[in-house]
Amino acid sequence: MRRLALVPLYAALVTFAVLTLIPFAWMLTSSLKSQHDFFTSFFLPRGDGFLGVAWDRLTLVNFRRLFSEFPLGRAMLNSFFLASVTSSLATLACAMGGYGLAKFNFRGRTALTWLVLGALIVPGSLLIAPGYQLLWQFGLLNSYAGLILPALAPAFGVFLFRQAMLNTVPNELLESARIDGAGEFRIFFTIVIPLVRPMIGAFLMITFLGAWNNFIGPQIVLHQPEVLPLSVTINNLRGLYATDYGLIMSGTLVSIAPVMCLFLLLQREFISGLTSGAVKG
Amino acid sequence: MSRSTPPLASRGPRASAPPFPRWAPWAFTAPFLILFLLFTLWPLAQSLLLSFQQTFGPKSTAFVGWSNFRFLLHDPLFWQALRNTALYTVGAVFVQLPVALGLALLLNHPAVRGRAIFRLIFFAPSLVGLVFVGIMFAQIFQKRTGLLNAGLHALLPSWDPEFAWLDEHVMPSLLLASVWLYAGFNMIYFLAALQNVNRELLDAAQLDGAGPWARFRHIVLPEIRPVAAFVVLLSVIGSFQLFELPWVLLDNSAGPANRGLTVVMYLYQTGFLVGDLGYASAIGWLLGLLLVGAAIAQMRLNRREEN
Repeated sequence: MRRLALVPLYAALVTFAVLTLIPFAWMLTSSLKSQHDFFTSFFLPRGDGFLGVAWDRLTLVNFRRLFSEFPLGRAMLNSFFLASVTSSLATLACAMGGYGLAKFNFRGRTALTWLVLGALIVPGSLLIAPGYQLLWQFGLLNSYAGLILPALAPAFGVFLFRQAMLNTVPNELLESARIDGAGEFRIFFTIVIPLVRPMIGAFLMITFLGAWNNFIGPQIVLHQPEVLPLSVTINNLRGLYATDYGLIMSGTLVSIAPVMCLFLLLQREFISGLTSGAVKG
Repeated sequence: MSRSTPPLASRGPRASAPPFPRWAPWAFTAPFLILFLLFTLWPLAQSLLLSFQQTFGPKSTAFVGWSNFRFLLHDPLFWQALRNTALYTVGAVFVQLPVALGLALLLNHPAVRGRAIFRLIFFAPSLVGLVFVGIMFAQIFQKRTGLLNAGLHALLPSWDPEFAWLDEHVMPSLLLASVWLYAGFNMIYFLAALQNVNRELLDAAQLDGAGPWARFRHIVLPEIRPVAAFVVLLSVIGSFQLFELPWVLLDNSAGPANRGLTVVMYLYQTGFLVGDLGYASAIGWLLGLLLVGAAIAQMRLNRREEN
């Protein structure tokens, strides 16, 4: 009887899972088909191969064109560069800021904490116009620095690390390290950072994703085609080859596959870090 | 986490620990502080100034007093953008979040096997950047060749394969894409909250004859209220800043008859396509005030419900 009650439960879960996966499956199969097969079949072209699919009609030509006719390899390198530099430096800056607020009793701590909380509610879109003007004044337009520097110390990151370190870094440990004569930065890198490792993993992932998927930023700051990341390059490609569906879908696939792989590697830390602030809070 | 690391017994009493050097907290907070002053606080002050100016590109400006704001209040395009954005926000809170909560409730059922794999599948779309979601769904919503119309037509022969998702039904299309994109992400928060609900209390209530709705209403809901309030606030703030998804979905435009125009999209258009950063800043400040208002209203509402 109890078993039978589980049937609708699984039916609902499997239905949602299939609905979630369909766009991915459609993208994958579209990228492997020729233009003709794109119009004549939903997913895989029908034929008399294994499972009634014409496997021999699948083709890698879209991917080959992507890398030979278009600067997609370069765009991918640009995205990797931007995302890894931004995420590693932002994680360092936020972990340091969170540590400073969580583990030191000093004049100005309360004011600084309020500053971080206030910064949380500033909507990013408010900063687009004056930020552009500022970058122009500093001569940082059309440079990676103009894209990376403003993204290096997000307030929510400082806040997340502060929350994590309040509980997980024992004061006694810091004090005994000072008795042993360890310097402040040595304490930070050899004691504090290892204690908040899951949070570091989660935050690296969050900032990497943010920089990888950033579209407005590079669209506004960068002007030369060879420095553009994947997000803008693929969107431009679609502007030029709107009806070349297989090409567009293979470009999109190539753009999201790296972050999917990264997520599979880090997923456990990512999900626990994501919710730790919200639930313990 | 190794919260239980004991203090070393051989060390002296706590009072003898040398104090930290006075520069230490400032050295650790300096990177945040400097970047915050430079790239948030300074532009914020600038944007307040800019909102009282008319500009043509970043170079030429003229002080115009309140006229940006006055013009904004009578700008039909701004009102249309605000209406679209509000409509999307309502959809996000009343359609997307209930789907997320439903998924979390299903996954939280104690008998479910393979929870990790379902969670992974539902979460996967939130890794895809908004641009890429826009490009994917622009193809899926195509009139004849798109998967959605073709699939619906195959299932229900009466479905019109020429159904114009992106021409006449922009908001439902946006909502569909956003449910696909965000429901799994918000599910993670609900799932974490549901895991704190007292299972014994639920079992006892069931023995006493409380039905599923009564158990949800009186035991589960009060327990997850703080997290739910947090998720609603995040969704409202996120929805109000909607821009990239409709922009890319509608092929780098606001769509036919501006049906997909949002507030931030209008800000982008006036600031970067027209070149009036002053007017764009005025839009930004009005949006910021609306967001602060929404946050305060929501906190008030939440406090009243808790009492």
